[in-house]
Amino acid sequence: MDVILVREPGLFTTVQDLGREGFGPMGVSPSGAADAVSLRFGNRLVGNAEGAAGLEMTLLGGTFAFPDGAVLTLTGSDFGATLDTKSVQLWTAFEAKPGQTLKLGPTQTGARCYLCVRGGIEVKAFLGSASTHILGGLGGFEGRALRKGDVLTIGASSGSARKRKLSARVVKGMQPRKILRVTPGPQDDWFPEASRRVFYESAYRVAEETNRMGIRLQGASVAKATEGELTSEGVSLGAVQVPEGGLPIILFVEQQTTGGYPKIANVISADFHSLGQLRPRDEVRFERVDWETARNLLREQEQLQASEELLFE
Amino acid sequence: MLQQEAVAGVRNLHPGYCSLLVKFDALRMRHEDVEAILRQYLERLEKIELPDARLVEIPVCYGGEFGPDFTEVAALRGMTAKQVIELHASVEYLVYFLGFVPGFAYLGELPEALVTPRLAAPRRRVPAGSVGIAGNQTGVYPFATPGGWRLLGRTPAKMFQADRDELSLLSIGDRVRFVPISAERFGALEKEWT
Repeated sequence: MDVILVREPGLFTTVQDLGREGFGPMGVSPSGAADAVSLRFGNRLVGNAEGAAGLEMTLLGGTFAFPDGAVLTLTGSDFGATLDTKSVQLWTAFEAKPGQTLKLGPTQTGARCYLCVRGGIEVKAFLGSASTHILGGLGGFEGRALRKGDVLTIGASSGSARKRKLSARVVKGMQPRKILRVTPGPQDDWFPEASRRVFYESAYRVAEETNRMGIRLQGASVAKATEGELTSEGVSLGAVQVPEGGLPIILFVEQQTTGGYPKIANVISADFHSLGQLRPRDEVRFERVDWETARNLLREQEQLQASEELLFE
Repeated sequence: MLQQEAVAGVRNLHPGYCSLLVKFDALRMRHEDVEAILRQYLERLEKIELPDARLVEIPVCYGGEFGPDFTEVAALRGMTAKQVIELHASVEYLVYFLGFVPGFAYLGELPEALVTPRLAAPRRRVPAGSVGIAGNQTGVYPFATPGGWRLLGRTPAKMFQADRDELSLLSIGDRVRFVPISAERFGALEKEWT
């Protein structure tokens, strides 16, 4: 049984896969990787099924040792990783020999970096997924973020240790966006024209108290037209809700499943991975698109993600 | 019905009081396709047979450190402590839906005399097991989370547990009755259920 030793956990490192979809009736949100595009590519680079569990690091990465050796890759944002003393390239599979240490530092680009290992990280599944749900202490590694001294189990794998790399063109195509594309929300008409203009024409700053549950924004306040109160209803991933006070919150992967604030917009699926790379103090804007455009953008992204030509040896 | 006869391409359901959010694979189906399928389900809505409602009793220790808003609610509603407890525990509540966080059941309706608005400023951390009221709803916080409901007491019952067959203590359609208990009983039950 091969293992990973956690020498330093980093700021907030959790085990994540693609989440557990389908348990909304119990109030359980899917959770899963904040930047699923990076996790899926990472898994393919090391020869895993794209939904295998990896480590999601946030803003500051950890230090890991591999006593049995491992085939690894880092995807997402650049955390200035080194293997012993040699710097490691993102989006490329590499081998850690027994005794080598992988060390990551503070981010040099976006919020999250993924470490994928051939065989995946093995944890006890909760509702069919390895994802950590922090708030409920569910899933993942003991339902929590990693700590110094944790020992993670690497799953069994077959196949040869072929080196793979993602083409520069694709990496570029997957660059996280700061202009988030949205479709109108279910309560779009609760907001007068002037408020909608404020929302679509202002730049918002990502607040410090942003996490996997929600991305809080600071900037121009969006006023509701009426004093009406919304009856609690289901809310979706990427919903942009506007609470009293008018500062939007984007519901994220570990979202509440229902809510009582009106939703002015919804971030499109093709831009979810961009949300996962937003850091506190980043500036974002919203651009309105229609459903058809949103669907086409998602299709393009899935085609890019599925292409076999992207991985070469 | 959508859970028993799942629709291919539908990935998740988020029930609310008078709505259902249906999450679907946008590359497999269009909004119009989903709408047409849901309309067919709606036509059969009257004919489905629901399982018998279960009655679940939830022990609650009211007031004191467990119910930091208890005294204020009594004062706001012009009632004695005893009246608040009797009234809150007098009703059989219906689980309208589960939402917010895993295992959080929206229960109603609260007796008119107890209806009190949410706190103006939500607490950053409400302890797990806290029993609160908001408007004409009542509910139990399964986990320590932020929350704006007024807290009347706390239950030692585990509302959501990963290592239990029935993860969530409550399901949609269940009936719930709160049973007042003493602090000593709370301590004993907490020990027993941990």
